[in-house]
Amino acid sequence: MKKVKESIAKYIFLIAGIVAIISVLAITLYMFLKGAPALFQVGAPQLLFGTVWKPTAAEPHYGIFYIILSSVVGTLCSVLIGVPIGLLTAVFLTDLTNSSPLGRTVSKILSSAVELLAAIPSVIYGLIGLMVLNPLMYKLEKHFFTGSETHQFTGGANMLSAIIVLAIMILPTVINISASSIRAVSQSLRSASLALGATKLQTIFRVVIPAARSGIMTGVVLGIGRALGEAMAINMVAGGAVNLPLPFNSVRFLTTQLVSEMSYASGLHRQVLFTVGLVLYIFILSINLILTRLRKKGEKAND
Amino acid sequence: MLQEIVTEMERRIMANNVKIKVENLDLYYGDNHALKNVSMDIYENKITAFIGPSGCGKSTFLKTLNRMNDLVENVTITGKVSLDSEDIYAQKVDVTQLREHVGMVFQQPNPFPMSIYDNIAYGPRVHGIRDKHKLDQIVEESLRGAAIFDEVKDRLKKSALGLSGGQQQRICIARALAVRPSVLLMDEPTSALDPISTSKIEDLMEELKKQYTIVVVTHNMQQALRVSDYTAFFLVGECVEYGDTKTLFSYPQDKRTEDYITGRFG
Repeated sequence: MKKVKESIAKYIFLIAGIVAIISVLAITLYMFLKGAPALFQVGAPQLLFGTVWKPTAAEPHYGIFYIILSSVVGTLCSVLIGVPIGLLTAVFLTDLTNSSPLGRTVSKILSSAVELLAAIPSVIYGLIGLMVLNPLMYKLEKHFFTGSETHQFTGGANMLSAIIVLAIMILPTVINISASSIRAVSQSLRSASLALGATKLQTIFRVVIPAARSGIMTGVVLGIGRALGEAMAINMVAGGAVNLPLPFNSVRFLTTQLVSEMSYASGLHRQVLFTVGLVLYIFILSINLILTRLRKKGEKAND
Repeated sequence: MLQEIVTEMERRIMANNVKIKVENLDLYYGDNHALKNVSMDIYENKITAFIGPSGCGKSTFLKTLNRMNDLVENVTITGKVSLDSEDIYAQKVDVTQLREHVGMVFQQPNPFPMSIYDNIAYGPRVHGIRDKHKLDQIVEESLRGAAIFDEVKDRLKKSALGLSGGQQQRICIARALAVRPSVLLMDEPTSALDPISTSKIEDLMEELKKQYTIVVVTHNMQQALRVSDYTAFFLVGECVEYGDTKTLFSYPQDKRTEDYITGRFG
C-alpha cells in the first residue's frame, strides 16, 4: 500500500514538473510560429532595419529598427546608471555598516527599503514618473530646445524619463544579488588584504568585488532582463512615438509597442506585432542563456 | 665584504635584540577578559612560538601585534606594545603602515582568487608601486623567499587557487613578504597542511628568520620544539611561562606548563 502511494506521489510531482516544461516549449513554439511569417512577407531586412513605422497608411511601412534600438539603448543606459548605484548600495549594506550597532540599524532600514522597492508594482513607478519626472523633463526640454525648429516637443514624456524609471526599477535586483554574493566572499580574504596594509576601501574594490564578480554579473544580467521586459512603467513615461532613441525624444520600446497597438491591429500589422514580440522573446532567451553560463562559471570559481 | 655580511648576520642571530616589547597588555571582548596582564619581549631574528590549548588567547595575542583585533567590535586593549621602541597603539600610528612592517600568514591558506603574480603584487600595489619592472622584481624575490619560485615560475599568470594547499600557503607567505615586513606573524600556518608541506614550511621558517622576526602560534608542541627559539605557554588568557624553548620544554618552572607539555591536559 505504502509503495503504491509513493509511486502515485512520484507521478503527481512529475506532472507538476511537466506543466512548466510544456508551458515554456509551447510559448517558444507559438512565438516562433506567429512571429516568423511577417519576416518573410515584409522581408527580414526591411522589417528589422526599416526606420519607418506606418502600419495603417495606404502604403504601409513596417520598420521596427527604432523600436529595437530604443529598447536596447534604454536598457543599457538604465543599467549603466542603476548598476553602479546598486553595487555601491550592496557594498554599503555588507561591508560598511557591520562594525557598529548604529550601522547595523541603518543597514536593516536600508534593506527593508530595498525590499519594498522591489515590491512596488510597476504601474506605481509609471505613475510617479508621470507626475514627477515628466514635468521636470518638460522644464529641461524647454530650457534646451526653446526656439528649435526641428525638435518635437513631448511635454517631458521621453527616453530620459524611461531610463531613470528603469534604473530605479532594477536597483532591488542588482542590490540583492550583489549583496548576497559579496556576503559570500570569505572573511579570510578580507583579513588577508587588511593584514597586508590595504585600507578597507582598497580591500572592497580590489579583492571583495572581484571575488564576487560572477554573482554581481548575474545581478546585472537579471537587471537587464527586468528592464528589457518592463512595459507598464515605460508606457506611461516614455511618450510612445516611434523615434530615434535620443534623450528628449518620445520613444517606443518593444514592450510598449505591443501594449499600445495589439488591441486594434489586424492582418499583416498584427503579424508584425508578433514579430516584435518574437524579437523581445529572443532577447530574453539570450539573457537567460548568458545567465546559465555565468552561474556555471560561478560554481566553478567556488570549487 | 661577504665576510662582513656574514658576521653581521651572525651577530644579529646571536644577539638578543628586542624587536617587540609588550608591557602589561590586557584585552577584553566586551566583558570577557581575554588576555590578562601579558608582558613579553620578542627578539629580533628569532622564532617565537605561542603554545597552549584552544581558546587560551594565543591567537588573540598574536593579532594584537599587527592590530588585527581593531576590526573586532567591542574590543578594549590596555597596556603597551612597542615595535622597534615605537608604541604601535599610539594615536598617530597609521595601521596600514604598521601592517607593512608586521606581515601575517593565516591558518587556512587564503590566496586571493586571482593569478599567482597578482596575489604577490597585491601588497606592493596597494602601497603605491606601479612600475611593472619593479613589481616583476618584487614578485620573483618574494616567491624565491618563500621557496616556491621554481614550482610556479612557468604559471605566474594562472590562478593561485589551482595550487595545492601547501603551495597556496607558501604563496601566502610570499604575498606577506612582498610588502617587505620585518616581522612575520604566523597563525597556525601548518594546521591545515599535510606532513610534507608542513616540513617544507618549517624549513622555510628556519630560512626566513635570518631576515625576519617570526612569531608563530601553534597547537603542535613538537613543532614549537622543532622550529622555535623561544616559547610562550598561554592558559586562559594568561602567559603562564615564557622563555628559551629548550629550557621551557626540559625544565618547566610552572606546574601548569609541565602538565601541558607532558600531555596531562589540553
